[in-house]
Amino acid sequence: MKKITCEACQHLNPEGTVLCESCGKPLEEDQYIDGNNKTKLLNMRYEGSSRRSQTYNKSIVDQIWNFFSSVKVGVTLIVITLIASAAGTIFPQRMYIPPTASPATYYEDTYGILGQIYYQLGFHELYSSWWYMILIALIGISIIIASIDRVVPLYRALKHQKPVRHKSFISRQRLHSKTEDVSKEDKELLIKGLKKQRYKVTEDNGHVLAEKGRFSRWGPYVNHCGLIIFLLGALLRFVPFMYIDDFVWVREGETKVIPETHSKYYIENKEFIMETYGDSEEDARFEQALADKGPVAKNFQTNAVIYENSETTIGAEPKLEKVLEDSIRVNHPLKLEGISLYQTSYQLNEFKSMSFIIHETDDQEEEELASFTVDLADPAREYNLDNGFRVTIDQYFADYYLDNGIPRSQSDHPKNPAFVFSVYPPNSDDPEVSFAGIGRNVDATGQNEYKVGLQNFEIRDVTGLTVRRDYTLPILIIGGIIFMIGVVQGMYWQHRRVWIHPTENGVWLAGHTNKNYFGLKKDIEKAIDGTTIQMVVDQAEENKKE
Amino acid sequence: MGDLITISSNFLYVAFILYLIATLFFGGSIRGKKQQEKVTMSSKIAIVLTIAGFLAQLGYFITRWIASGHAPVSNLFEFTTFFGMMIVFAFIILYFIYKLNILGVFTLPVALLIIAYASMFPREISPLVPSLKSHWLYIHVTTVSLGEAILAVSFAAGLIYLIKVVDQTKKSKKTTLLEIILYSLFATLGFVIITSVFSAVNYNATFEFPFEGEISEVDYHLPPIAGPNDGELLTTERMDSLFEAPGWMQGVNAARKFNTLIWSLLTGYGLYMIARLILRKRVAAAIQPLLKNTNADLVDEVSYRAVAFGFPIFTLGGLVFAMIWAQEAWNRYWGWDPKEVWALITWFFYAAFLHLRLSQGWHGEKSAWLAVIGFAIIMFNLIAVNLIIAGLHSYA
Repeated sequence: MKKITCEACQHLNPEGTVLCESCGKPLEEDQYIDGNNKTKLLNMRYEGSSRRSQTYNKSIVDQIWNFFSSVKVGVTLIVITLIASAAGTIFPQRMYIPPTASPATYYEDTYGILGQIYYQLGFHELYSSWWYMILIALIGISIIIASIDRVVPLYRALKHQKPVRHKSFISRQRLHSKTEDVSKEDKELLIKGLKKQRYKVTEDNGHVLAEKGRFSRWGPYVNHCGLIIFLLGALLRFVPFMYIDDFVWVREGETKVIPETHSKYYIENKEFIMETYGDSEEDARFEQALADKGPVAKNFQTNAVIYENSETTIGAEPKLEKVLEDSIRVNHPLKLEGISLYQTSYQLNEFKSMSFIIHETDDQEEEELASFTVDLADPAREYNLDNGFRVTIDQYFADYYLDNGIPRSQSDHPKNPAFVFSVYPPNSDDPEVSFAGIGRNVDATGQNEYKVGLQNFEIRDVTGLTVRRDYTLPILIIGGIIFMIGVVQGMYWQHRRVWIHPTENGVWLAGHTNKNYFGLKKDIEKAIDGTTIQMVVDQAEENKKE
Repeated sequence: MGDLITISSNFLYVAFILYLIATLFFGGSIRGKKQQEKVTMSSKIAIVLTIAGFLAQLGYFITRWIASGHAPVSNLFEFTTFFGMMIVFAFIILYFIYKLNILGVFTLPVALLIIAYASMFPREISPLVPSLKSHWLYIHVTTVSLGEAILAVSFAAGLIYLIKVVDQTKKSKKTTLLEIILYSLFATLGFVIITSVFSAVNYNATFEFPFEGEISEVDYHLPPIAGPNDGELLTTERMDSLFEAPGWMQGVNAARKFNTLIWSLLTGYGLYMIARLILRKRVAAAIQPLLKNTNADLVDEVSYRAVAFGFPIFTLGGLVFAMIWAQEAWNRYWGWDPKEVWALITWFFYAAFLHLRLSQGWHGEKSAWLAVIGFAIIMFNLIAVNLIIAGLHSYA
């Protein structure tokens, strides 16, 4: 690597250095980089250190590096992502359209030609599109490269700061003053004054550097680190082990294995509770709102018992031992060894069982000849009944509806059960076919001798629980915390420095801060109070006036 | 409980009046020839009235909390009112740091408009649905609105800066943009006035129209300029709509909201034109002389400082707390719901703002324009996303 020798102090600086690392004198060769010239104030960005992006521009690697290290490029990427994100809210995303609707037709039917264009551009799944992912990735790369390009040389420069500085460095700081005659006592007083304001003072041969709040310079890089950790955390969700998203329906009274626990844990639904406002006296205050809006849900709750299965042999009967009993409510998931169970769905009044009787079709009294009960969660194929009757279930529709005259089931939930029974009368192999359901009893041929009639039924509620494990959360939390720390660190503290440069009988004073010059001026004012040392002049303001 | 609610509304009413008088006193304090950061008798009265107003609104907040049993930030009226209160709070803090009287002249009217706007929505106390029943409701909503309120002060400062520095001697793109910003304030006022007038006379017109395969009814409380798509007027002796709202608008009340928007824009335009006729020049040009003694650099600094405080608070409330709660309530910390997306957009925007200001030297006018755009994004998220784009967060 090429080195540049400082004419003043002979220090060897890396190529691209603007201000000598040792004495701060502007190096002739590299002045163009920050636009310094002999008379102007020094550009103190990144301490005039050698930044890779400002030094090399030959190879393709250099050019990629330079591209991503530019703040302008970073901001442009942010703005593009911002506009893209907004575009995704014009019409609802796919996950927010009715689950049964087909996106191919839904967008066109609902929003016309614009909806169709939206769908065809893939905007209905914009946030998981390849190009949106690439945008986020580019922002990530930009954050990493721009930070490394700056933080490494900045760290070097600040780490190796020396109190002895070249005169041209001192006189070309924004805050500067020259005092001809200064007593030793006054100089001591100034240093004491700075120390009192918690400046860290280093001295070398009468040259003094007083510094405070250097850590605030790392703020931007700390918050960028936090963002990168956050992005990596979000990326880890695609690793199967890290993230589980499953769902289980549990009927009241039923005990089911919790998915993704490898049959280690079971859950029993003791009771599902749904409450609405208006039942209790307390709810009287909401009377008007309830009258306007209609019923409002108050609580969804599953009273659950969790069991641990100590039987590890696959296929063997599970040995369940109660681990805990708790309620699962919205906003209060049940947590179990990294897995959370969320109250997300429910079915009220699902049919549990239905009892039928068989009687003679002509019998007005409907005298029972035989009866049977169908367990709707697990209907049997065949029922052998009293008096020699036998019934088989030919077809079972859990949630019956007619689709253009053809009976079908809308879902697997027994919400509107219907059956096609074959009834074998005593000593007969010739069945009679009947169709029976809630409020329905159809004789297929019109010549049946026996009729199947619904006599009774039992209902129960079903709870729908989301089973979630997300090991990425701690990473996201750490990323978020680091980001917030970095923002606060960089935003509310400043890196303030004062240099005291001895001359024959007097001192030159210089001050620099990365922001809030007003505050630094106040510090210096306090420190020189009671001495003959001249207050610093804000040369930037002076220039402005001219 | 009924009494407590009455007390609560009275507190809010008192707060509103106090803010209004305080604005006038802040106005009085900038009329002298002196430097505007100076504390005058008028400005002392103004800040005392502002604080009194804030305490009165705090009284409203606490009594309503007791009456409803949950923090009153759960519907559009409550949240927007709270947002107005937080703007006043942010202003009070920044006032004590910078003693900038002109900031009061611009910030308090913004807060007043927002509170008046909020009052146009149903005000009865409403129960919390299960997904809102969480301590995170208070934590998330209060931090978000505090962050956004501080950013609103940044907008007010930016607006002052722009009115002061934009050349008003000839018409330009900038003067037009500035008039559009001011017009949007008139339109908000227009919404408040027109809604109040027709609600005072109990105007109602009912329409019947097909919606998602069924016949629905919608009550118009403003005369229908835009009626529902394929709608039929049921109420007799009311004017029928001039045209029908386009069919692609989402939600059962879309046409009514669209109609309200048209009325607000028209009324706002009327008010704006009256102002132009009286002033005989652009509104910004008429305000400009009042800012003669305003220190533009200081206003610029306030605008930036407000972002420096508002951005981290917004991040904490609008993204961090929001994600934690979403994880608890909806079992996912992020779901690309429109409100979430717009919070992310707001965050992106202010991140860009800070990079441009700190690293690219965008001070003064450029930075002021950005502060204005940022607030437009916040208001879009607050109003448009709730009212136009339906989602998990929609209140009304």
